[in-house]
Amino acid sequence: MKKIRSLLVGCLMLTMLLGGCGTSEETPTESETSQTPAQTEETTGDLSGSVSTDGSTSMEKVIGSLGETFTLQNPDVNFTYNPTGSGSGITAVSEGRCDIGLSSRALSDEEVASGLTGTVLAYDGIAMIVHPDNPVSDLDLATIAQMFTGEITNWSEVGGADAEIVLIGREAGSGTRDGFEAVTGTEDACQYRQELTATGDVISTVSQNPNAIGYTSLAAVGDSVKVLTIENVVANEENIKNGTYVLQRPFLLVTRSGETLDTVPQAFFDYATSAEAVDVISQAGVVAAYEG
Amino acid sequence: MMNTSREIQAEQQSLDIPNLGAIFGAKKPSRNKKNIENIFYILFFCLGMLSVGCVLLITVYLVIAGIPAIREIGLVEFLFGETWASTASEPKFGILPFLLSSIYGTAGAIVVGVPIGFFSAVYLSKIAPKKIKVVMESAVAVLAGIPSVVYGLVGMLVLVPGIRVIFNLPDGASLFAAIIVLSVMILPTVIKVSMNALDAVPKEYEDASLALGANEIETYFRVSVPAAKSGIATAVVLGVGRAIGEAMAVMMVAGNAPNMPSIFESVRFLTTAVASEMAYASGLQREALFSIALVLFVFIMMINVSLNFLLKREKGARS
Repeated sequence: MKKIRSLLVGCLMLTMLLGGCGTSEETPTESETSQTPAQTEETTGDLSGSVSTDGSTSMEKVIGSLGETFTLQNPDVNFTYNPTGSGSGITAVSEGRCDIGLSSRALSDEEVASGLTGTVLAYDGIAMIVHPDNPVSDLDLATIAQMFTGEITNWSEVGGADAEIVLIGREAGSGTRDGFEAVTGTEDACQYRQELTATGDVISTVSQNPNAIGYTSLAAVGDSVKVLTIENVVANEENIKNGTYVLQRPFLLVTRSGETLDTVPQAFFDYATSAEAVDVISQAGVVAAYEG
Repeated sequence: MMNTSREIQAEQQSLDIPNLGAIFGAKKPSRNKKNIENIFYILFFCLGMLSVGCVLLITVYLVIAGIPAIREIGLVEFLFGETWASTASEPKFGILPFLLSSIYGTAGAIVVGVPIGFFSAVYLSKIAPKKIKVVMESAVAVLAGIPSVVYGLVGMLVLVPGIRVIFNLPDGASLFAAIIVLSVMILPTVIKVSMNALDAVPKEYEDASLALGANEIETYFRVSVPAAKSGIATAVVLGVGRAIGEAMAVMMVAGNAPNMPSIFESVRFLTTAVASEMAYASGLQREALFSIALVLFVFIMMINVSLNFLLKREKGARS
C-alpha cells in the first residue's frame, strides 16, 4: 500500500505542478505604459517602477541582457522592451510613448534638431572573413557591396584567384545580417549562396571553402578564418571605437534633449552606460562604448 | 517439445502469482485488489489519453496559428508564390521554392535510399550468413540511433566540401548534399521494416518455389518479395515521412537560400524555413512560419493516411 500511496501523491504533485505552470503563464505583468507608480514600497530593493524601451530589433540581445541584470539587481522594476525597429523607436521616444528609444543607426540631423539626443551604448563591429588561403586581404565597403549584390562574381576581379565568389550570410531577421546590410547599403539585395543560422556555422563554412566570404560579429572570430581589413584598417575594438573601422554601426540610447528622465529610467540609463555594464554588453557580442 | 514448453510456462505462471502479491503488499486480498485495479485502470487511461491530448492540442494550435497569415497573404500567393523575402521592405511570402525543395529532396532520398535499403533487406533476411547478419543488423541499429545533428555535422564538414571538389562547384551546400544525407538517414527505417516483412513470408512459399526448380535468387525476388510487397511499401512511406520531416541535418548541408530547387543550388526545405527564421521572427513573418508548419503538418498527415491504408491492405491480404 505504501508504494501506491506514494505513487498517488506523486501523481497529485505532478498535476499540481502542471496546473501551476498554466496559471503562472496567464498572469503577465508587462505593460507598455511608463510611469507606473510604485506598487510595493516596503520591499528591500532600491527602486521600484518601470522602464520602457522601444526600438531596434538588432539590439534585442544586448538590451535584453542589460534589462535582465538590471531587474535582477532591482526586483521591483518592471523592464519592458518593444522590438519595433530603430525608426519606430525614435518616433516612440519623441512622442513620449517610451522612456528610452533604441536605435541601431546614428540619428539624422533632423532628428537631433527635433529635440532628441543619442547616447552611444555600444558599437556593433562586423568582421569580413575569408578562407585562410585566400590571397585577398583588404577590401573597401563599395567593393563588398558589389560582391554581395552580385555585380562582382569572381575573386580575380578583386585580386584573388580565378574562382567564383561564394557569399555566406545569416538568416533573415538576424542582427548581424541586418547590421551588415545596413552599413553596406545592400538591404534586400544580397545574393547569398548560403544562409546559416549561427555565427559558428558561418565561420566553419568559410573555413571549409577557399572561395567563400562571410560576415560575423567581431567577437566570435577565431583562428580558422582570415579577417579582412577594410580600407586598410584592422578590425579591432580600438578602431571600432575611434570610428576608423567603417564596417560598424552604433547602438544608441535615444532620449529627449533637455528633459530629465524619471528616477527609474535614469537609473537604468546610468547603469547601461557605466563600467558595470561593460561585461554584459561584450557578452552580447558588441563593443561597449564606455571609456572609463 | 510442445509439452515441455507448456510445462515451463505453467511453472513460470505459478511462480509469478505469489510474486505479484508480494509486490502489491496485499494483506486484505479481495477489496484492496479491486481498488488497486480501479486506480491503475484510471491511471493508465489518463496516461493513454495524454498522447491523444497532445495530438489534438498540436493540431488545433497549428490550425489556429497557421490560418491568419494564409488569409492575409492569400492561399494561392502563399502556396504558389516564387519569392520568399520575409524581412524585405516589401515582404513576400511565397513558399513554392520550399514546397518543391522538400518534395524533390524527399523524392531524391527515396530514389537513392530505397533501392539500397531494399536490397540490403533482401540480403540480410534471406541470403546473409548468420554472423554477417548479426554484425550488419547491429550496424543498422546504430545508424538509426545517430542524432540528426551528427548527420548534419558530418555532412557539413565532409560531404559538402567533398561535393565541392568532386563536382568542381563554387560551393557544395546544395540539394544534392541534402539528398545524400537524407537517403542515409532513411536507410535504417527502410531496411528494418522491409526485413520484418520479408522475415514474415511463410517458409512454405519459398520451399514450394525451390521444389518446383526455381533457384534461390529467383525464389526471393519472384516469391518472397511479392508476398512482402505491402510491408515494403510501408517501409517506403515511413522513409518518406522521416525524410520530409527532417530539419536539423538538412539545415546544415542544404545552404538555406530560398532558391527554386536545382540539384547543385542552395535550397531551403519547409522544415528548415520554419527552423531557421523562427528565432528572430515577428509579426506577419512569424505567422507565416506557423502557416508553413501547417502545410508541413498536412503533408505528414497525408503520409500517415496512406500508411494506414497500406497497413490495412496488408492485414486484408494476410487474413
